Amino acid sequence: MPDTLAHPVRFGSNAGQPVTRRDGIAKVTGTATFTADNSPENLLHAVYVPATIARGRVTHLDVAAAEAHPGVTMVMTPGNRPALQGDPSAKPTMFSFRIEVLQDDSVRYAGQPIALVLGETLEAATEGARLLNPRYAAEPARTRIDDDEAAPVEPGGFGRPAGVEHGDVAAGHAAATKAIDVTYETSAQYHNAMETHAVVAQWEGDKLSLDVPSQALLMSCAGYAYFFGIPAENVTIRAPYLGGGFGSKAIPTGPQVLAILAAKETGRPVKLMLTRQQMFGPVGHRGATRQRLRLGIDDGAALTVIDHEGLAATSSFDDFVEPAANASQGLYAAGALRSAHRAVRLDVGTPGPMRAPGEASGSAALECAMDEMAEAAGIDPLEFRLRNYAETEPGTGKPYSSKALRECYMQGAERFGWSGRPLLPRQMKDENGLLTGWGMGTALFPCPMFAADARATLRSDGSALVETSAIDMGQGAWTALAQIAADSLGLPLDMVEFRAGHSSLPDGGVAGGSGHTATAGGALHAAGGDVIRQLGEIAAADPESPLHGAGNAAFSARDGRLYVDGDDSRSDSFADILARAGSAELVGNGSASRAPEDAEKFSMHSHGAVFAEVKVDPDLCQVRVTRMVGAFAAGRIINPKLAESQLLGGMIWGISFALHEEAKHDPRTGRIVNADFAGYHVPVNADVTGLEVLTVHEDDPYVNALGIKGVGEIGIVGSVGAIANAIWHATGHRIRRFPIRIEDLLTA
Amino acid sequence: MKPFDFVQPRTVDEALAAWEPGAAWLGGGTNLVDLMKTGAVQPAKLIDITRLPGLDTIETRADGATRIGALVSNADLADDPGFARSFPMVAEALLSGASGQLRNVATVAGNIMQSPRDAFYRELDPPSDPLSGGASLAVLGTGGRFAAVNPSDFAVPLVALDAVVEVRGPGGAREIALADLHLPPGDAPGNSTALRPGELILALRLPAAAAGFAAHSRYLKVRDRTSFAFATASAAASLRIEGGRIAEARLALGAVAPRPWRVAEAEALLAGRAIDADLFAEAAEVALSGAVAVGGNGWKIELARRTAARALAMAAAGTPARMPALPASPFAPQAGDLIHA
Repeated sequence: MPDTLAHPVRFGSNAGQPVTRRDGIAKVTGTATFTADNSPENLLHAVYVPATIARGRVTHLDVAAAEAHPGVTMVMTPGNRPALQGDPSAKPTMFSFRIEVLQDDSVRYAGQPIALVLGETLEAATEGARLLNPRYAAEPARTRIDDDEAAPVEPGGFGRPAGVEHGDVAAGHAAATKAIDVTYETSAQYHNAMETHAVVAQWEGDKLSLDVPSQALLMSCAGYAYFFGIPAENVTIRAPYLGGGFGSKAIPTGPQVLAILAAKETGRPVKLMLTRQQMFGPVGHRGATRQRLRLGIDDGAALTVIDHEGLAATSSFDDFVEPAANASQGLYAAGALRSAHRAVRLDVGTPGPMRAPGEASGSAALECAMDEMAEAAGIDPLEFRLRNYAETEPGTGKPYSSKALRECYMQGAERFGWSGRPLLPRQMKDENGLLTGWGMGTALFPCPMFAADARATLRSDGSALVETSAIDMGQGAWTALAQIAADSLGLPLDMVEFRAGHSSLPDGGVAGGSGHTATAGGALHAAGGDVIRQLGEIAAADPESPLHGAGNAAFSARDGRLYVDGDDSRSDSFADILARAGSAELVGNGSASRAPEDAEKFSMHSHGAVFAEVKVDPDLCQVRVTRMVGAFAAGRIINPKLAESQLLGGMIWGISFALHEEAKHDPRTGRIVNADFAGYHVPVNADVTGLEVLTVHEDDPYVNALGIKGVGEIGIVGSVGAIANAIWHATGHRIRRFPIRIEDLLTA
Repeated sequence: MKPFDFVQPRTVDEALAAWEPGAAWLGGGTNLVDLMKTGAVQPAKLIDITRLPGLDTIETRADGATRIGALVSNADLADDPGFARSFPMVAEALLSGASGQLRNVATVAGNIMQSPRDAFYRELDPPSDPLSGGASLAVLGTGGRFAAVNPSDFAVPLVALDAVVEVRGPGGAREIALADLHLPPGDAPGNSTALRPGELILALRLPAAAAGFAAHSRYLKVRDRTSFAFATASAAASLRIEGGRIAEARLALGAVAPRPWRVAEAEALLAGRAIDADLFAEAAEVALSGAVAVGGNGWKIELARRTAARALAMAAAGTPARMPALPASPFAPQAGDLIHA
């Protein structure tokens, strides 16, 4: 794709242009300021001690040794931890979890903070933490999904998925002439954003200034304020750049709260940054699952039932349960649908939302089960999905706000060359004798909207300032949202100054759920529209304006001028309108959220189809994904370049999920033994070849004013199953556990 | 991180004099610094040897042997055209290790001195019993104990080619056959070496005869990730072929034992025989005949067997004229011109 088009050469609107990310140069030249780059005067460094057992009590910390170390200024333990005003077990905001802030001497997972050391240097604090040399009374660690009794999930609240049932499930099973009953397992995964969690905290009286990576600035302000007993407006967060979030940076975490507490106690600024190893514990992860899928079909290969039971690992002290089974709702037109969830309590940190929570794990199992069902039916997996295509949402019968999944299937299959695929496995070899297989999966992701506000200020020179506390965690919000803002004002992109990433700005909502562009973008769109509306009123009332008296006509804004719709001969420039009105500036406000009636009436989802080719060495069993085509229909695409990047990133995570990512626990200590990037594998460049993204045109008049569905998460959904199915097609082996490893194929 | 002294000697004599119990030599630091960060090793003193003169050259001696200075980087050795031409499987092994950035910094002596990567052996309180799975637990050469496999790729072809390690220490200079450098596991988990306290590796040496295998010499590395991952199984295979028969064979296995694992019995079996796939399977069988599964890793024995047979077949087919883009991978192109063809 071309680079940013130089002003003033533009073709139509800003939205839809493949504008290069505006923060790119700052990031690659190192001038972008991330949280831990801030080092205020008089700074103290905080380092916490992670527990090295997974269950038990801390019986001794050598506080004297740590305090005696030169440069150590304070050792915080459960014995002397200053009081918090809020309850660490409370959940003050949406998405909250119970946090571990040295409440007591108990250890509930390996990696839990058990003490905090402050030092004049990072080195001093690090050594002080080492010198604490904890001793424990350890109990046996429960880290495997079989290690404890599973209990039903009580639905309700964030992270406690409801079971869903539509139609007569027993009748669906009974009506099946062919059926499968398969169990798939997924491993624990940790987000591991490039930028680890961090905070730089400074107090001034009861006002708290934070540099902290956050996917939800105003919500985080409220969360931190709760713990310290101050009004939310006393908390200011700066977060201009995030080095990735993936769901793990939406809310306050224990280590961050402890560092803020330390700053309050010492009266000095405090910086804390997690090490890579510390990312495996207190900041969330994707919990392991075991999923049983029972599918049945009739003689025409129509699904009579999808019965999906999920068992998910959660912590011993909180409730987040991976809503994996819900991935089976809303996708295929089965006569009966059931999703049920149970949870196992383990001695691990509390899991949380991680890129496509529920859908990623659930789809991995569902799409493999669909492939197994197609195999049992003796028909092509794509044909099988088309025969069970849902024209309305299964179960509810609701119409889709839009659904171009059929086009995704067709365009993806065409591009991939699916039509030549042999039905049976182990039929294809390449010129080097490598087994070759093709698999596919369907992608589905909801398109939620949150609530957001924005402000647009038109200046006397015709330029504009637009503001919202939106978050760019690498996905490109700085760019895509600015494109929307510029369009809403009828201005070229470089006439718009875009401010985001600061909590003092209007609430940009949550950068999560794939809903940020729709939500913050919707607010910006409304704010710009408010400015144009006011401008039209001023011009229409101004006898000197060419627009005078056109008050009943609609206006459109283009290139800094207001036009009478359908009559380009009547126009006036923004600057002239303001100048004649004697206004230095004109401020518009906007907000966005979904219309409740549309949300009630329609099923709203992004869709996609992913096709994968793998090659497998027939003897050595090493697997490589050689080609993937993902075709996605996600409503209006604001920036094709950034959207492609998001979708590719999701598909690469699919490779990671299918073949690489797994946190491994030592069953004796409960510690994660591969808690670094040498041991916790994600794909390297050599594992990522031949990926291609197609975006399928889709107009959605209901999802929101801009027709945006979101592309943040759907790329991973469908990709995992496509790869596993391709491995089956290459080898004839169904590996029902992720990641799929050499030994699984060798011993299959 | 535990505070430590840091010295930068300018001569080998100064370096040797700086050594004291608790000190560690610092080369590229790609292994040692990691271990220090996790607390697995806590040296009281680091002796930075990267400024020592004369240890960064590759030279051919009068007797035809190739001498590689201890501080030559992994990248520089792999990219040396003369070296790669004479010892293609060594270059292949080097390029299959770590990442480009690490190879630029890591030294050749540091490579063969790597500590085991298995996380269990990097913890402060290592376990006394194994895990199920055991991808990185040794199946050969453990004397009945649990041990992590030696993580080096580079050392595998080196041991097959009779490499020698030149060291100097308080007791003077001496040479150690690479095959004898890594000791069998003792009571403590992790590996130890035949280096005496205060001894420093100055060079690695390959005898002149080692270049005689260049036309049929391959290193094959198997792992779940295509790059930047330690081997699950690997093999270095070299054949000297005369008149369609194997005049002499070398075979060493990686990621199966606490040391690079040379298999003389398999080499003996191959010598004098005609090239044939069944022969390679037989040799591989012999190579793994003493293997014992640990913690459920019996699959690793089978994988090592298949890897050895494949490496032999690849060596028999001939060394590619140009190193493939993904060295030592089953996914590397098989076709192409051969050297010395």
